Amino acid sequence: MGTRSSSEAFERALLPHLDAAYNLARWLTRNGDDAEDVVQEAFVRALRFFGGFHGGNARAWLLTIVRNACYDWLRRNRPAEAHDELDEEVHGPSEPSPTAEDLLVEQVDRVRVQRALEELPPAFREVLILREFEGLSYKEIAEVAGVKMGTVMSRLARARDALQRQLTADAGKR
Amino acid sequence: MTCADFRRFVDAHLDGELDLARQAEMEEHLRSCPACSRLAAARQSLRTALRSEELYFRSPARLEQRVRAAARQGDRPRLVTSSRIGAALAAAAVLAAAMFLWPPGSDRSWSDRTAQDVVSAHVRSLMPGHLTDVPSSEQHTVRPWFAGKVEFAPPVVDLAGDGFALVGGRLDYVAGKRVAALVYRQGAHLINLFAWPAPPRAGETAESASTRDGYNMVRWTRGGIEFWAISDVNAAELRQFAALVQSRVP
Repeated sequence: MGTRSSSEAFERALLPHLDAAYNLARWLTRNGDDAEDVVQEAFVRALRFFGGFHGGNARAWLLTIVRNACYDWLRRNRPAEAHDELDEEVHGPSEPSPTAEDLLVEQVDRVRVQRALEELPPAFREVLILREFEGLSYKEIAEVAGVKMGTVMSRLARARDALQRQLTADAGKR
Repeated sequence: MTCADFRRFVDAHLDGELDLARQAEMEEHLRSCPACSRLAAARQSLRTALRSEELYFRSPARLEQRVRAAARQGDRPRLVTSSRIGAALAAAAVLAAAMFLWPPGSDRSWSDRTAQDVVSAHVRSLMPGHLTDVPSSEQHTVRPWFAGKVEFAPPVVDLAGDGFALVGGRLDYVAGKRVAALVYRQGAHLINLFAWPAPPRAGETAESASTRDGYNMVRWTRGGIEFWAISDVNAAELRQFAALVQSRVP
């Protein structure tokens, strides 16, 4: 395969998923410039191994690489945040879900949702981004994040518990 | 089912990830338990809030230029430095994982030309200025626009109440035919619904789902019209969209 045709195939398969790549990196690094650097690095890695990609789910394949590049970046720049395994002592077991406090979407503005989401540990944040923004199935999320499907399910539940609790508390303060 | 069970599974339920038997138990519990109904409603509100277009960070235009440049540069052989070896090993691990997870053919892909054309038309529609020829959320504006442009009257249904807002319509070209493309939006995601007359005697076919290039697709034939829905929303939601369209088309 010539240089030209291989880079064309690469661009055709992966560039349509650039928004998804950037959105994930932006949420994990919480910074636009850093997200751009990480995405560029991820595309360089993806290119190097594109010959081993035999079709299938290009978006999930790319997001796996972006996610790993994000964690490498976090390890170098914010080591305290870089644990992709949650410390169960600190973060679990899950508290009971908030039930009585009704959360109405009209009470929730974008800035507060963004702040609450950014305050979650990365392992919670990433499953929410992949699920809510990218619409990935639990199976796909498990593949991207390198965890079991049961872990995806419990992390999503706990992430949403934490968000709901935070946003309900915010709403109560006003 | 107890309330504790319900709380444990409420997210998986709303995500469409439970099997049918468990889903039915959840629905039954939901009908009889006001507290759990409130929890489900709060979770639904949370989902709606998260799916706001404003929370989705689109890639800046310059990043595409950077990535293209890096891709072209990356095609040339480069000096391997020690830090690159580390990166290569890390990436090799990713590759090994990726090959393990997505062996060739593991995806239930449709390989025929129509599927490829549908993907291409979908991707093309997402480029700036290509989405709609008739931008309108009004089914009564979109439907007549197709008169004289395609050889059938495409059914245009209003699904705004179900979370799928009509964005507009477009003329497109798929598998050698002029086809109607209807565009819907769910949160940050766009859905293209392609429709064209089915071949004579094709009969009706139930919906079937597949993925291709990372996009979910659902197709079916009904009332002499072949439908293809494609999007990056998740498979369960696209099936829900397809079911809604089918229930509204006479």
